[in-house]
Amino acid sequence: MERFPLTVIGAIVLVVALVVVVPWVLVATGRNDIFYTLTLISLLSIASAGVWITFYIGRINIGQAAYALVGGYVSAILVVDYGWSFWLTIPAAGLVCAIIAVLIGLPILRLRGVYFAMVTLVSTEVARLAALALPITHGARGMNNLPPPGPIAIGSFTIVPDFGTLQNPNPAFYLLSVGTMLVVFALVYRLVHSRIGRLFVALQQNEELASSIGVNIAWLRIIAYAFSAVLGGVAGAIFSAISQSVYPNSFTTQDSINFMLNCFLGGLGYVLGPMVGTFVLRFGWDLLFQTARFQLLIYAAVLIILMLVLPNGLLSLIPTQRRKAAR
Amino acid sequence: MAQGILQVEHLTKRFGGLVAVNDVSFDLNEREILSVIGPNGAGKSTLFKLIASFLRPSSGRVVFKGEVISGRAPHIVARKGVVRTFQEATIFRGMTVRDNVIVAHHLRSRANLFGYYVGTGVARADEAEFGRSADEILEFLGLSGLRDEQASALPQGHLRALGIAIGLATNPSVLLLDEPFAGMNHDETMHAVDLVRGVRDRGVTVMLVEHDMPAVMRISDRIVVINFGQKIAEGTPAEIQRDEKVIEAYLGVEDETIGL
Repeated sequence: MERFPLTVIGAIVLVVALVVVVPWVLVATGRNDIFYTLTLISLLSIASAGVWITFYIGRINIGQAAYALVGGYVSAILVVDYGWSFWLTIPAAGLVCAIIAVLIGLPILRLRGVYFAMVTLVSTEVARLAALALPITHGARGMNNLPPPGPIAIGSFTIVPDFGTLQNPNPAFYLLSVGTMLVVFALVYRLVHSRIGRLFVALQQNEELASSIGVNIAWLRIIAYAFSAVLGGVAGAIFSAISQSVYPNSFTTQDSINFMLNCFLGGLGYVLGPMVGTFVLRFGWDLLFQTARFQLLIYAAVLIILMLVLPNGLLSLIPTQRRKAAR
Repeated sequence: MAQGILQVEHLTKRFGGLVAVNDVSFDLNEREILSVIGPNGAGKSTLFKLIASFLRPSSGRVVFKGEVISGRAPHIVARKGVVRTFQEATIFRGMTVRDNVIVAHHLRSRANLFGYYVGTGVARADEAEFGRSADEILEFLGLSGLRDEQASALPQGHLRALGIAIGLATNPSVLLLDEPFAGMNHDETMHAVDLVRGVRDRGVTVMLVEHDMPAVMRISDRIVVINFGQKIAEGTPAEIQRDEKVIEAYLGVEDETIGL
């Protein structure tokens, strides 16, 4: 039908724009600052995509920064204290976050609505305090001067160069983040459009009914939450490499709230919602910098108005036929 | 002679000091329609939830095909073949009618979640089969014309039919219907009665909890009457209509309401 090619065309345009056009223009114009902003946006939207998945099973998640922090620390500790290659620490960070999410999720996913939201809100603070207290995280000083990502090579053939040898590592970090983001959104898209996505919607709409048709709701909730945590961990790991540091305050409750706002703003019904929301929120915030002390006031007012006028997110502005492509 | 498929044995449920269900026992025979009736607050719904294992009994047990199912998780009990519907029109509101039924085919899955994610051959065969089966069930319940409607947009009578469709999609041995006729007018009720008979004719054993006396008298093979949490009578509709304890329990209710 019509929907399929439209989706594919949209995906190709997005990939070409982000991977080829944007970096080419930015290199040509020498705008390293925008490179950095876009890199950051990519990472934040990966973490937001995780929050979006927990929304998709009907849970309000205000704790994603905890997993980003854990991911950042896992990567930094493995690189600095254990001499791992940065590249291997990305899956390791995801795995550690998944394990933590399963352990925490088992008890807390029984909670719904505001109760679940409150527990997740606290979890970010718990992660920060744990980072301060645990010996392995190097306390309040955090960890800095992390080495840049090393090379990936098969035999003598170098696939990815050592980031430390690059004259301008910004495009490399940009491509790493954007590439990961595109892979993540492709994975989430597939998830939502597979039978698992339907089961997630079933959970979101009525857990009792879902269990009456034989769905193991506890197990599905854990899968969704663990997947969500993996995305937080991966984003945190890459962030620590780019900022070459990780502190107990690298990700705070404010970030958790922002991840949630990104989803709201982009649209909870659209896979691309968190990506669009993150982009608009982050750029909007930076643009408002010129208004100085009114920055926060204007920002907050615009957010409130947007949520009132567009409760289904920015992507609900797209006309209906096209809208399906973004889903 | 009909065979017992499910036994309710000395089932008791206490909520604090209140005994909602008190030492109730009866058998459910294969391929029959058994109704549980009783005045408001008699404990019917609690009994219903106990059998579907949405509640844990204080004492007593429910045995299905020789296996104790009470106290197990609802999805395990559904997997074994005892599936409930809900009192209110409980459906997946944000999905289309057809998607509601397709998702309810969960128990017929042969692929695992990972298989569905990557789209293996088995998973695709499953999805095709679920679609076919959903269309068949919708046809059977007279919902074919509404299959692409948003479920939340359906009128009451069709919502109830969709609830039954969701139940049927699980391929149950025993289907527990929670007040399937509530809020329906005469014509809708008669239509629903036919549907429930049709469900039984597909080989499904049906137990329902209901207020609507004429419908119950019309549809049931046997009736169990509950009052104040206790079973006060059990028998065919004709026997129940003559039973003095039953008439007493319904005293104050006009005669025609209990179909006399």
